[in-house]
Amino acid sequence: MFKKLNHERVEKNAGLLGIFTILAISFGTLVEITPNLFLEETNRPIDGMKPLTALQFEGRDIYIREGCVQCHSQMIRPFRHETERYGHYSLAGESVWNHPFLWGSKRTGPDLARVGGRYSDAWHEAHLIDPRAVVPESNMPGFPWLAENTLDGELTPKKLSIFKNTFDVPYTDADIAGATDAVKGKTELEALIAYLQSLGTNLK
Amino acid sequence: MSNFWSAWIIAGSLIVIFGCAYLLRMVIVDTMGEEGKEMSHKFDGIVEMNNPLPRWWTIMFVMSIIWGLGYFIVFGIGSFEGVIGWKSANKQVYSLADSKAQNARSRENNEIIQYLNELDTADAVYGKTYAKYAAMTPEQLMEDEQALKVGQRLFIQNCAQCHGSDARGQRGFPNLTDTDWLHGGSFAKIKETINKGRDSRTMVSWKAALGGDEGVKDVVTYVRSLSGRKVNAKDAAAGKLKFGICAGCHGIDGKGNQALGAPNLTDNIWLYGGSTAAITDSVANGRIGVMPAWEEILGEDKVHVISAYVYSLSNKK
Repeated sequence: MFKKLNHERVEKNAGLLGIFTILAISFGTLVEITPNLFLEETNRPIDGMKPLTALQFEGRDIYIREGCVQCHSQMIRPFRHETERYGHYSLAGESVWNHPFLWGSKRTGPDLARVGGRYSDAWHEAHLIDPRAVVPESNMPGFPWLAENTLDGELTPKKLSIFKNTFDVPYTDADIAGATDAVKGKTELEALIAYLQSLGTNLK
Repeated sequence: MSNFWSAWIIAGSLIVIFGCAYLLRMVIVDTMGEEGKEMSHKFDGIVEMNNPLPRWWTIMFVMSIIWGLGYFIVFGIGSFEGVIGWKSANKQVYSLADSKAQNARSRENNEIIQYLNELDTADAVYGKTYAKYAAMTPEQLMEDEQALKVGQRLFIQNCAQCHGSDARGQRGFPNLTDTDWLHGGSFAKIKETINKGRDSRTMVSWKAALGGDEGVKDVVTYVRSLSGRKVNAKDAAAGKLKFGICAGCHGIDGKGNQALGAPNLTDNIWLYGGSTAAITDSVANGRIGVMPAWEEILGEDKVHVISAYVYSLSNKK
């Protein structure tokens, strides 16, 4: 095909250079990411994993909307100084139903991967409305409007069925049918607290 | 990992590495002429000159390739686990039981698991101290300044979010430095509270049972009189009659019941505030006080030291 594939030819031919560049970059993806889409460890849920309830699911959407992931990671790495504080390191099997994943990459606040059950609902309520009411040195912003906004649950069944059909999350028909009633009239604060209290509690 | 994906990863990685080597060879073989030669490419008075790879850069490139291959041999690639068998942590874990079993097996086989090494190294340093404290009685721990400091540090890391860094608590989260205890202030009770947590959801809304707003008002008035406030005597008398409903937990005399976590209403110490409005809110809407369980998170030894620290706050002379 090429009479002479040499340095000069590659460097002076923009098309050829482009092809080689794409090839070089895509190998990283092919080797580091592609196998994870098929390996057992990254696709098998941990034992006894339960999908988020409708209310927790809505809470997760609020977590995304309010940008919590910008300051809080959900990824405990296998280092002693992390597991001492946060608990057992995160497992791939805990994230298989997580779309998009909320591992985060920055810890202005603490990791939340196993925050479920660590604080009472009352603490979360006070803390989300005004963090400094319970932790004077906190630099987290308050989210007082969460206590005022209520959910109508109109789209909740649709969200659950998308997760069921696209991502194979085992929601039952009853879960989906009852989703609206499960969240209707609840405040966003209640939903977010329900989500936070669920984090990391599946690993037993 | 299946053989297919293992082969995939090995092949992909080697293609990239040898591809880089091929590219490097290409630019070494074909330098496109002398260094500094004009490349007959002018733009706006700027001339492009030939600039072959500097020698130091070429050497670094070769070294990176060798390093990469060496890395695969030492740390492994695909299913090959490397000649030293190093792992950051155990893989294929699907439950806590899995995790424990794998860790035990790895320790038995002397595998190099970085995470376990960190745990074992720390245990060799701190384990002795915690073992020493675990064998000490609360009274002995209270005399040990070092133990109390350890307890305080653990308290600040894990408990201060609710109870405050001075342990004096805040609205809804009990003060641990006084002698007023919801569930008992003995060392054993404090330890039990930390280990197992507490859940006081029994204080529900009593509005309907008390006969609406009027009944709540009467009971609140009576409750306020218990701690020596000046109140409307008529309302208080009416409230006293209805207090029988409250007495199930708080006792006929309102002094509370630690077995149920029911607070003493006569000592003028108020978890949620002692104003008429705050007490009315408690009676009409209920209160949910939850202390999480820390046994699984902190482990027996740390809970022991924290308990001693908390116990010392109200018992140390």
